Amino acid sequence: MSGTIEVERHEAEAVNSAKLRQPLYTARRKIFPKRASGSYRSFKWLVMAVTLGIYYLTPWLRWDRGPHAPDQAVLVDLANRRFYFFFIEIWPQEFFLVAGLLVMAGLGLFLVTSTVGRAWCGYTCPQTVWVDLFLVVERAVEGDRNARIKLDQAPWSARKLGLRLAKHAIWIAIAVATGGAWIFYFADAPTLFVELFTAQAAPVAYITVAILTATTYTFGGLMREQVCTYMCPWPRIQAAMLDEHSLTVTYNDWRGEPRSRHAKRAQAQGIATGDCVDCNACVVVCPMGIDIRDGQQLECITCALCIDACDGVMDKLGRERGLISYATLADYNANMALATGNGAHAIEPAKVRDAGGALSEAVAHFHLRKIFRPRTFIYFGGWALVGLMLIYGLVTRDRLEMNVLHDRNPQFVVLSDGSIRNGYTVKLLNKVPEVRTVLVSLHDLPGATMNVVGIDLPDSVSVPVTLEPDRTKSLKIYVRQPRELGAGGVQALRFTVEDRSTLEAADYTTSFESPE
Amino acid sequence: MSDKKIDDVTGISTTGHEWDGIRELDNPMPRWWLWTFYATIVWALAYTIAYPAWPLISSATNGMLGYSSRAELRTELDGAVAARADYAAAVAAAPVEDIIADEALRQFATSAGAAAFKVNCVQCHGSGAAGSAGYPNLNDDEWLWGGTPEDIRVTIAHGIRFEADGETRFSEMPAFGGMLGRDEVTALATHVKALGEGGDLSGPGAELFANNCASCHGEAGKGDITLGAPDLTDAIWLYGSTSADIAAQIRAPRHGVMPGWIDRLGETTVKELTVYVHSLGGGQ
Ligand code: SF4
Ligand code: SF4
Repeated sequence: MSGTIEVERHEAEAVNSAKLRQPLYTARRKIFPKRASGSYRSFKWLVMAVTLGIYYLTPWLRWDRGPHAPDQAVLVDLANRRFYFFFIEIWPQEFFLVAGLLVMAGLGLFLVTSTVGRAWCGYTCPQTVWVDLFLVVERAVEGDRNARIKLDQAPWSARKLGLRLAKHAIWIAIAVATGGAWIFYFADAPTLFVELFTAQAAPVAYITVAILTATTYTFGGLMREQVCTYMCPWPRIQAAMLDEHSLTVTYNDWRGEPRSRHAKRAQAQGIATGDCVDCNACVVVCPMGIDIRDGQQLECITCALCIDACDGVMDKLGRERGLISYATLADYNANMALATGNGAHAIEPAKVRDAGGALSEAVAHFHLRKIFRPRTFIYFGGWALVGLMLIYGLVTRDRLEMNVLHDRNPQFVVLSDGSIRNGYTVKLLNKVPEVRTVLVSLHDLPGATMNVVGIDLPDSVSVPVTLEPDRTKSLKIYVRQPRELGAGGVQALRFTVEDRSTLEAADYTTSFESPE
Repeated sequence: MSDKKIDDVTGISTTGHEWDGIRELDNPMPRWWLWTFYATIVWALAYTIAYPAWPLISSATNGMLGYSSRAELRTELDGAVAARADYAAAVAAAPVEDIIADEALRQFATSAGAAAFKVNCVQCHGSGAAGSAGYPNLNDDEWLWGGTPEDIRVTIAHGIRFEADGETRFSEMPAFGGMLGRDEVTALATHVKALGEGGDLSGPGAELFANNCASCHGEAGKGDITLGAPDLTDAIWLYGSTSADIAAQIRAPRHGVMPGWIDRLGETTVKELTVYVHSLGGGQ
């Protein structure tokens, strides 16, 4: 080897390489991703810590809501049909708030994808995060890439068996913890924790843990990139969200090609070479097992680890970073045109460099203002609009509501003194976790009085009713009107309910039927 | 249509299918996918052995697990009966007044009674219990035989003019058409109508009423629930409120019959029906 700089060279072939094609059915190629280091890797460690932290710890956060409601900050109470999120409590009829959040999540995904490509896939998707976590375990137990390949090829021995058992045992432990954390969102976490370990929890809890353990272990440990490539619909959909100004992980062949393993020797012979030394560092770190130099591919989750790997190589070689970089298709095409004289000839590395050997001024680089374009404005606008609507809906929603159902059979009853009686089912929704006394009143019907079944009071126009905390109360109310005061036929009738202490009120207009 | 090409960008062969210039890459399936596919076939076969599936000439295979949807329904119904056994037992044991006083028991009995009402009572009293001419409205506050829970229970249990039951309620108004003349009946009807609507009570009907009717309906025409004699002063008329309706009823009274239900439905259901009827708004 000539030259003074040593770059480690790896033997690697992309799993989707055309050379490895098989007809019809293909066995999975094992991938042994090498540990990467660099700024993207550091950022990914951080994202992993935050997302896993949120997932595992959230159910344990407490939030005091008084004696009549659970004190778990985030809780989906299926039995009582309530959803608690810190200071927000959602009833089933307010589920549009959750639907709105999902719409926001969707639009947010479009927004992020149109600007920074598959950032969801590369950084925050649970599949990516858990695979990363499983890989940490794999490396800790079996070693880095080369050691793992060696172990994989070695015949079975006590050591190999021990290492494999240890790895799978830790994976399963993580999988159990993952499935276990999930069910804590649906019940009081500390109570359920004790119940789980004393065999007192409901069978559905154990079944859920078992299913999620199986899926986590299978997807994170055994299937990995297969999930992204073959099972997930998102790689197919996201193509519709990308345009020529979206950032994606790109191999900049306009400066990398022609690649050469022996650049010095080639240059000595007067052959032009690009920056790529064909060391395969980018291939061996790739968790998807592909070669980014083959161009944009469906398999690439844009985890950016190949950028870290190549930047390390470029640093060693003393060249500019960014042979593999986040770039837009527009910039890439511009630079390609520069390097190939608008496609007139093969890539000429000299064309992108100035006399001093540095990258030329003419090379296009990503500029932040490219983020602001109609597509992103529309996504952001839609996202923000839904968000504002949700906030508006949340702060203006009623915590005391009334629904009235008029009896239809019979529509009215003639009483012995000739007065007319109508029946109503009145539902009062007390959406705060406190007992409160409200006043139900009748309006707009001359001479009408009511009596509430189960409340022993003389007929009147207003009846005080005590509401249980955080519950719906259903009342049967009979309204009667003396015949001589009625107009006959259908008359309007309005019920109101008011909480005099909080000044909350609701009303409902219905009708009162009487003979013509 | 099927000329295979090597795709320029990927270097992969196409399947030869082409739609508007779009070609399909011939990528191989993952092998585990194939195994999953075989596994679903095995599963399907096993399923048809375990569960009823294959049609035979006049029936179908029963399946090794002995499952049937009818048996599952049976189990669920039994489960429902078992789940409400506590309430059912409490309703069976408690007197009607106690059931009404207890919120939970009342709700349970009202629902059960509503169901029984729909099966047994709506044919005469209507689905809203509002009755019709000749069939009393159970929502209002007039009761021929009393509107307390116990009165209602006795009426439902033993019926009215139901000869098969020795304890049935019985009343019979004589047919005055054979005893009084045409004019007298008309005068009486005029008087009775005036009782309820207000009007001249000094006409010839007053004396006729005192002599013929007051013994059951009372001097003031207020009726008597112990005799099943209706109140003639209120706004509710079982057989109509016009003078002609009233005169017809005086001449040749119609007498409705209600069966007693105790033998058919049993003690508990009768109590549940009582609670339901009492809840309709007129119960006392
Ligand atoms: S792109 Fe970078 S990391 Fe990949 S082979 Fe070339 S020099 Fe090595
Ligand atoms: S090609 Fe690069 S960005 Fe894409 S998945 Fe592989 S390592 Fe990640």
